[in-house]
Amino acid sequence: MTTENVFELDGRPLRFEDGETIFEAARRAGTAIPSLCYDPRLNAFGGCRMCVVQVEGIAKPVASCTTKITRDMVVKTTTPKVERLRKTLLEMVLSENPDRQVSADRGLAASEMNDLAQRLGVRRGRFAGATSGKSRPEDDNPFILRDYDLCISCYRCVRVCAEREGDYALGVKGRGFATQITAGFDRALGDSTCTYCGQCVQTCPTGALGDKQIMRFESLSAAPETTRTICPYCGVGCSVDLVTKGDRLVGVRPAMDGPANKGALCVKGQFAYDFVQHADRLKTPLVRNEAGELTPASWDEALDRAARGLTESIAKHGRKSVYGVASGRAPNEAAYAMQKLMRMLSGAHYIDNCSRA
Amino acid sequence: MSNPLEDMELPDVIFCIGTNMTECHPVAATRLKRAMANGAVMVVADPRRIRLAEIADLYLPIRVGSDAALLLAMAHVIEREGLVDEAFIAGRTEGYEAFREHLRPFSPEWAAPICQVPAADIERAALLFGRADKGAIYYTLGITEHITGVGNVQCLGNLALMTGNVGRPGTGINPMRGQNNIQGAGDSGAIPANYPGFQPVVDPKNAAKFERLYGRSFDPEVGLTKVKALELAGRQIHAMIIDGENTVVSDPDAHHCRRALEALDHLVVMDIFLTETAQLADVVLPATSWGETDGTCTNTERRVQRLRAAVPPVGEARPDWWIAAEIAKRAGLAGFDWKDASDVFNELCSVSPIYHGLDWERVAEGRYQWPVPEKGHPGTPRLHEDGFVNGRGQFKLIAYQDPAEVVDDEYPFWLTTGRRLTSYHTHTQTGRSEAIREVLPEERLEVHPEDLQRLGVKDGDAVRMTSRRGDVTLRVKATERSRPGTVFCSFAFSNVPVNLLTGSGYDPITDTAELKVCPVRIEREEAGLPA
Repeated sequence: MTTENVFELDGRPLRFEDGETIFEAARRAGTAIPSLCYDPRLNAFGGCRMCVVQVEGIAKPVASCTTKITRDMVVKTTTPKVERLRKTLLEMVLSENPDRQVSADRGLAASEMNDLAQRLGVRRGRFAGATSGKSRPEDDNPFILRDYDLCISCYRCVRVCAEREGDYALGVKGRGFATQITAGFDRALGDSTCTYCGQCVQTCPTGALGDKQIMRFESLSAAPETTRTICPYCGVGCSVDLVTKGDRLVGVRPAMDGPANKGALCVKGQFAYDFVQHADRLKTPLVRNEAGELTPASWDEALDRAARGLTESIAKHGRKSVYGVASGRAPNEAAYAMQKLMRMLSGAHYIDNCSRA
Repeated sequence: MSNPLEDMELPDVIFCIGTNMTECHPVAATRLKRAMANGAVMVVADPRRIRLAEIADLYLPIRVGSDAALLLAMAHVIEREGLVDEAFIAGRTEGYEAFREHLRPFSPEWAAPICQVPAADIERAALLFGRADKGAIYYTLGITEHITGVGNVQCLGNLALMTGNVGRPGTGINPMRGQNNIQGAGDSGAIPANYPGFQPVVDPKNAAKFERLYGRSFDPEVGLTKVKALELAGRQIHAMIIDGENTVVSDPDAHHCRRALEALDHLVVMDIFLTETAQLADVVLPATSWGETDGTCTNTERRVQRLRAAVPPVGEARPDWWIAAEIAKRAGLAGFDWKDASDVFNELCSVSPIYHGLDWERVAEGRYQWPVPEKGHPGTPRLHEDGFVNGRGQFKLIAYQDPAEVVDDEYPFWLTTGRRLTSYHTHTQTGRSEAIREVLPEERLEVHPEDLQRLGVKDGDAVRMTSRRGDVTLRVKATERSRPGTVFCSFAFSNVPVNLLTGSGYDPITDTAELKVCPVRIEREEAGLPA
């Protein structure tokens, strides 16, 4: 017996933390045990059984996501028996759903099940018969598609809503093939306590839940690219990945490693990004003409006019006649440039931002 | 915030006052909900039965503007019951003896009729917070947007100091900042009292430093706040530049605000839309939007993070910093030859003691919370751990004061304004999402059903709401969220410019308007709403 926290994973000794599960330790060591109901932000659930492993001394395979490691445990993650078991399980899961490919755009994890099927070399059609989950096309909220024909009852949506959001908007009705994810008492999302934060969409491993806002752009053929930035709304500073196709901003995804949000977002940050490329955006400088109308102008003309108005005011009314208001919405560089401009112009501290109202 | 966001999962007693966090800072609120799932107790004081109130262990539906009375009474109970942290008081504070004397008259029985909540509930709130091992305070504009905003915050400071709930994990005095970079705008020096990094302009050392850095001399006295500048528009102030603020919709007393901007000889507005404010300008300069702009921003926990452009700017839009620099150059000023955003940020870091250890590369992953005084410093997630910047924590002797205007026969309802989950501020951004408009099509005044009955108005009917400064028409929504006599609406919709009504008074120190309290009268609008 060793006195240290060490166990054996696929023939190699590995340290573990008190209370750590086999799944977590394996992941940490770079061994990706298959899973479907696992989300690192959620409590282990043990529902899909895809993560089964063989533990010496235990007759039947165990779910690695719920099995805590004990000292000197000997674990094998890839025996023929567990691999066969995983394949059969996944074939059974697939058999409950229509053979329909959905776009990976639907959510962060939308391809997870199909990717796993490919990785394990699983074929459809081995089992046939009952199906589970029924789509809710009548739920016409503008944010979240509920395409439950593709649901595999992993409960990740229900759990993220309860464990991470604390909203408890989603629940489960029935068991077995009759299992159906519901909102409130089987209502539309809008009639439940759902806040449209979109977290259920982002954890769904099959695309049964979809981001309707990004799905508007599914037909754009350019490959999606992502850019890490910070949400433009409140002061929490959630990290997001902007999804673009060519020059088009098509969607927003939460950044799981964002220091302020750890993958969480709200309805505004998740869905309210249309303003960026809205037709109402100002596209050219405008200056007021003699008739009193704002008319398009060149940058040179507008900047000269902007500067001249300030210097003329100082010439006429003195240096303490000019004032600047910086934005609480623009970056630090904007505020820094504004304060330097105003201080340099007047020598006075005639600068503020929108924090007083 | 004195403490990092992750600390929000650690307190054993959470005290939220004047913060509608599940709607205004939803992601931060998820942390409080998780703390509660792990056994934390939550006390909420708010005039409205907001979502936090619904999940709280104890909810105090205090009358708008009565915050200081509640906080004084809580301090009174904590002192009376000996729940103070004597070691902390002795080691890190001063003025406690005077504070203790000051508290004597402010019993829960004194506060109950002011706050309109039972004395027993005030007592219970005080005992819960006073007995906490880790007690954390969270507040937002419900505390600051009063004529007593500074006093209210100091009352919260007193509570934290007397119970030693400062400088430890899961404690602290934590204002939730409202805008994505409102913290950063102050950090960057866009305030009349401080150079970048909160270096007071009245300190001659700072004046000398910036004279050396910027190459000109500066006034030794504090400048004007925006509120004062608007008051002086057309008299002393004749030219103004406004960057990214829809002043005439967001600010109090909108009629006055509009008149002020119209009185200027020269108004320059930088924005991404032709807002109501931009429509008044002589020159409108199109700025690049979020998603098109590289830069940095600083969140409510003082974390400096990078913004990255993902799409090219629309039309000819240019970054705000570039526009300001071009104006400066054309006004004959030197020191604005920045190549890109990183140049500007690195200059900010070089002049700011709290960002001094940062640069463009170092903030790429958002790992640092200021102060970061020198390179290699790990940043400061938690303030005041070993001491206060100014030496010892000062107890402040605050007295309760009525709001600037109180209800009377002519204006019998308390109007309090705020924000909603699906809209942001004046809705110039969220309102341009069709999906958002679908779930939030219009503004409605929240009125208690008993009040509606008295007014002879039905749910969904149009009313006219009038204060001493102006009036708006809008539909009502029957709800028991507020007590009878208190009504609520947001300022998101420009067709319901509720800030025509607000602006009854201002905090004398900060010039922050009393946006949270405005006595109004409500009448059925027989003509209905304009189409």
